Amino acid sequence: MTGVAGLAGIPVLSASPDLVSSPHVWVAIVVIGIATYSFRLSFIHLFGRIDRVPERIRRPLKYVPPAVLAALVFPDLVTIRPGVVATLADERLIAGVVAGAVAWRTENVFATITVGMVVLWLFRFVVFA
Amino acid sequence: MTRMNGSVLHEDLVAGMRDVIPLMLGIVPFALVAGIAAVDAGLTLAEAVGLSVIVFAGASQLAAIDLLGSNAPLAVVIGTAAVINLRMVMYSASIAPHFADYARRTRAALAYLLTDQAYALSVAEYERNDDRSRWRYYLGAAASLWVVWQIGTVVGVVVGAGVPDAWGLTFAVPLVFLALLVPAMKDRPTTAAGLAGGAVAVVAAGLPLNLGLLVGAVSGIAVGLLTEARTR
Repeated sequence: MTGVAGLAGIPVLSASPDLVSSPHVWVAIVVIGIATYSFRLSFIHLFGRIDRVPERIRRPLKYVPPAVLAALVFPDLVTIRPGVVATLADERLIAGVVAGAVAWRTENVFATITVGMVVLWLFRFVVFA
Repeated sequence: MTRMNGSVLHEDLVAGMRDVIPLMLGIVPFALVAGIAAVDAGLTLAEAVGLSVIVFAGASQLAAIDLLGSNAPLAVVIGTAAVINLRMVMYSASIAPHFADYARRTRAALAYLLTDQAYALSVAEYERNDDRSRWRYYLGAAASLWVVWQIGTVVGVVVGAGVPDAWGLTFAVPLVFLALLVPAMKDRPTTAAGLAGGAVAVVAAGLPLNLGLLVGAVSGIAVGLLTEARTR
């Protein structure tokens, strides 16, 4: 693919030829945007008509953040390979465990990213190199 | 209300802007990563900015970028991002009583700016200080977050384009999620939800259509509910 639609539909050359098609990307952006805005507006708009959030909605929502975030994080840190050593001797997993400890101690996003990246580089460029 | 600080801005607005400053330490790297990940996945600057302005929700942006970059089907991209942002319903419900007296249009505008940080900060302040103007304080915090988020994304796109792939800068994405995940696992049911969601997602990583993330998330929510029922 050589050209993708730019702003206002003017075709521009893409820097990366393996890019997903641009209309596809814009559809995703707009639909996710509409869904997200409707979540944000939901009870702010409805309030007055509904006094309280029904328990049936509130209970499962409580588990959305930990479940989704963990489902995002874990596969980026570990890939199941044949053999325990092959699975565990992974610089991403080591960096992730250390960064997780930092997150737990400090609850600081900046410190977590910094320590995680440094450990990743240490193992990728020095220890496992 | 008198403006004792001598500023042209209302003191409640300024209070929101001031109280949000410490949170920027977490927002700036998060926004940079959102920009870096976007270029890395092959998105253009316009698409990266479009995502930040139209969606304006970091975790879902990163997930969408990741899935778009790996050519996942559109439905999976949208479904995953929507599940991640479902928590906004919870915030909307919780903050709604504070906005109940405002005009519909004002509420519609305030809703656009609703984020984890703006919500948490505002609700805490409303509890502490009953005299605060609800919308002014919230706007001070939420609009500041919006501005910093947009600038950070653009800088990330520009910076990200110049860094070699071997550095693995996109690894900062799971690190950001990790920094959000750890405090979200605050009791036994939420911890169970996280561990189950993560473990299932790892096992299901090979599923077609990148469905592993959705399957993991749903499993985690189910295990959280089960654990809660059992500990009662």
